[in-house]
Amino acid sequence: MSLKYRIAIILALIAASAWLLFPRTVTERVKRNGVFVADTVRRVPLKRGLDLQGGMHLELAVDESKGAVADKADAIERALKVVRTRIDQFGVSEPLVQKAGADRIIVELPGIDDPQRAMDVVQKSAFLQFEITDKTNALEKALPRLDAAVKGLASAAKTGAAVTPTTAAAAPTDSSKNALQGLFSKDTTKKAAGDSTKSDTSLATGGPFSKLIQQGQMPGQYYVLQSDVPALQRYLAAPSVQGAIPPGKVIRWSTDTTALGANTYRAMYVLDSRPIITGEYLTDAKPTQTPTEGTVVEFTLSNEGGRRFRNETSKHINDYMAIVLDSLVITAPVIQGAIGTRGQITLGGRDLQAAQDLALVLRAGALPVPLKIVDVVNIGPSLGADSIRASIRAGVIALALVIIIMIVYYRFSGMLAVAGLAVYTLYTLAALAGFSATLTLPGLAGFVLSIGMAVDANVLIFERIREELDHGKSTRLSIDEGFRHALPAIVDSNVSAALTAAVLYQFGTGPVRGFAVTLLAGIAASMVTAIFVVRTFYIIWLSSHSDKQALSI
Amino acid sequence: MLRIFHNTKYDFIRWWRVAVGLTVAFIAIGIGSLAIKGVNYSIEFTGGTLKQLSFKTASSPAQIRSAMDAAGFHDVEIQQFGTPRDFTVRFRGSEEVAAQSTGAEVVSKKVDSVLTSAFGASNVTVVRTEAISATVGSELRRNALIAILLSFAITLVYLAFRFEWRFGLAAVIATGHDVFTTLAFVKLLHLEVSLTVVAGLLTVLGYSLNDTIIIFDRVREDLRKGRKESLYDTLNRGINETLPRSILTHATTAAATLALLIFAGEVIRPFAWVMLFGIVTGTFSSVYIAGPVLLWIEHKYPRKNAVPVWNDSSTATPTLRTKPSTATARS
Repeated sequence: MSLKYRIAIILALIAASAWLLFPRTVTERVKRNGVFVADTVRRVPLKRGLDLQGGMHLELAVDESKGAVADKADAIERALKVVRTRIDQFGVSEPLVQKAGADRIIVELPGIDDPQRAMDVVQKSAFLQFEITDKTNALEKALPRLDAAVKGLASAAKTGAAVTPTTAAAAPTDSSKNALQGLFSKDTTKKAAGDSTKSDTSLATGGPFSKLIQQGQMPGQYYVLQSDVPALQRYLAAPSVQGAIPPGKVIRWSTDTTALGANTYRAMYVLDSRPIITGEYLTDAKPTQTPTEGTVVEFTLSNEGGRRFRNETSKHINDYMAIVLDSLVITAPVIQGAIGTRGQITLGGRDLQAAQDLALVLRAGALPVPLKIVDVVNIGPSLGADSIRASIRAGVIALALVIIIMIVYYRFSGMLAVAGLAVYTLYTLAALAGFSATLTLPGLAGFVLSIGMAVDANVLIFERIREELDHGKSTRLSIDEGFRHALPAIVDSNVSAALTAAVLYQFGTGPVRGFAVTLLAGIAASMVTAIFVVRTFYIIWLSSHSDKQALSI
Repeated sequence: MLRIFHNTKYDFIRWWRVAVGLTVAFIAIGIGSLAIKGVNYSIEFTGGTLKQLSFKTASSPAQIRSAMDAAGFHDVEIQQFGTPRDFTVRFRGSEEVAAQSTGAEVVSKKVDSVLTSAFGASNVTVVRTEAISATVGSELRRNALIAILLSFAITLVYLAFRFEWRFGLAAVIATGHDVFTTLAFVKLLHLEVSLTVVAGLLTVLGYSLNDTIIIFDRVREDLRKGRKESLYDTLNRGINETLPRSILTHATTAAATLALLIFAGEVIRPFAWVMLFGIVTGTFSSVYIAGPVLLWIEHKYPRKNAVPVWNDSSTATPTLRTKPSTATARS
């Protein structure tokens, strides 16, 4: 290959690299005064991983704790669509939602500053139901049976523990589980149990179940002292108590607590278990703030949904309709007239953000299966910036040390190697930008390390040239032979290193994958620079020097 | 022309018994400690929750511990992380890991509220959270193991393809040695085995193999020249001829690694330690494991028209010296 072509190829590669790395204008969504707006910024087009720019990495799996899921692969596909729609509307620049393996979803949200909100939006099932509150006093009628069931529960636990060793062994695990629930439930304040009987509206007839509840403000609504809620929920979870619940009815809890006098209560609703309509007919939802009702979410139903809704609501005028999201009652307004395709959910005192998020999950649709978080990594933005600063410092120092070693030891040839190193750095970064690889903290470390390793090929070649010169060969011949003899070793060692990096890429996750990518890019770039670029430098040098002139190496 | 270790004629292989003795002792101590005390896996592999905290003013592990104790977290590991204002707190007791089976974020949420109530939201910032459920942890552990084994298998195939099997096997055994010494080193330095450390380990494998290949390449080339000398001498010659290259490359790599160790921060430090040790063990194994193993293989399974493996004058290896009887003993 003639010298002209060599130079042309190197310059073309440098130009391409510079073009790939040139700061360009990109459109980003940035948060300004609390809202996300599209903005354009100029920056070097190197993608930074979450560990460098801050953000959240979430891994979600199907939650089978409340029942097995038959077709997990299909469920995860459908869940993926819902999660993607929600995240797209969530307002983060460059979010990533993808399937991982057969049954996981990975969500990456760079630069997020409210991780809790993001987790809620992703995990919320968003299954919306409208159910009429019970007006037949079904619960009151069932109270004796419920009390008996709870009593039976207590005595069964006692005798079971005393008689059979198997249940005795099971009992401690149960209690430890309860202790754990106590540990992680938000409510830790314990109030005197006697408080619950204070009110005169209490239904207390002495039964263990009935003494915990008292009549609320509408039919089918009951108040439970906040401190009694865990106990009552435990009772309700037992199969015998479940069996005592009136048929065709369902018990649901309110999302919020209400303060009445000095005590905090949580509302419990008894509802018709058949919903008059569900969220599947919902076509749009948007948050608004009204002066009279505070924050509301207005929703629109499809034509068919609207027809059903009008039909049902007209039958239930003056009844109360519970709006149930994910089995919790948000609100239970009275039906004043037939409602068609348009309706609204009143959120009371909650802020606009909550309304926005609710509207968002309603629009995106319900999750087909409940999801749970199996893995969450959250990096603050300051940490990432610190990491970048530290890595750059380490990189500059490494580069300086390598340059000193090479120039002190190889003099002029060392300078050629250093020039090659500059080209190498450019090529590697350009390769990362070109393949839009993600730069991570281990990746940066790998890059710094590769600066030290990249000169290996040069060292191999230079040592060979020295040997050939020792054998009394001419400068030109020595250079040719040196490159030729060093080649097999360079290829072998780089290929084996590339294979290891490829394995790392295949099995690594996030940051480690970034490391593997940098390593691969570095290996390719170092071979190109050592074998081709530095060789060309020598050819240029030879073209202007006589063969007799000693080579500084 | 500045030259170091030029035209040396050290008899490296002669000291192989001492070298192997030392490395076996080192591995025995490290792996023994590993077997007794177990591997210090990171949160990624065990499951659990890690919080990196940054306080406004200097705090102490005792303060954090008492806050966590009061909230019911008793199995907590607290470590200073760089400055007296930065700490990592790990929750991976069986209770906490079990609680995370319903959702990995459970413990993390609770810890956040404990921190806010104990120190005030403005005094402490959680700069990093890692919450991993036990299932994901065991999956990652399995993947890391597969990665290490697979890279072994792939390099073996490549070496078998590029070199003749005797060289390939010797190189792989030397690389295997490096895995054990590096694990021993990780254990003796009480480094946490994280994904980054596994990445470091694989990089060490690549680096060490690279070194072995360079020497074997030279040995192969020298063998082709048909000198009348034993393989023992050719091996020594190859090591001596590549010595300046080894010194230079190890120096530049060590320089980059030291820069990482000192300047790149706490997260990268374990990786830098592994890499720094890797330069040492990689160099060592290329000479003292790969070399003697090659000699042993060539002695046991000599090739056709082979050069003698040992020198008759060599005194270091009397038991392995080629005798006429071994040729018959082979069949």
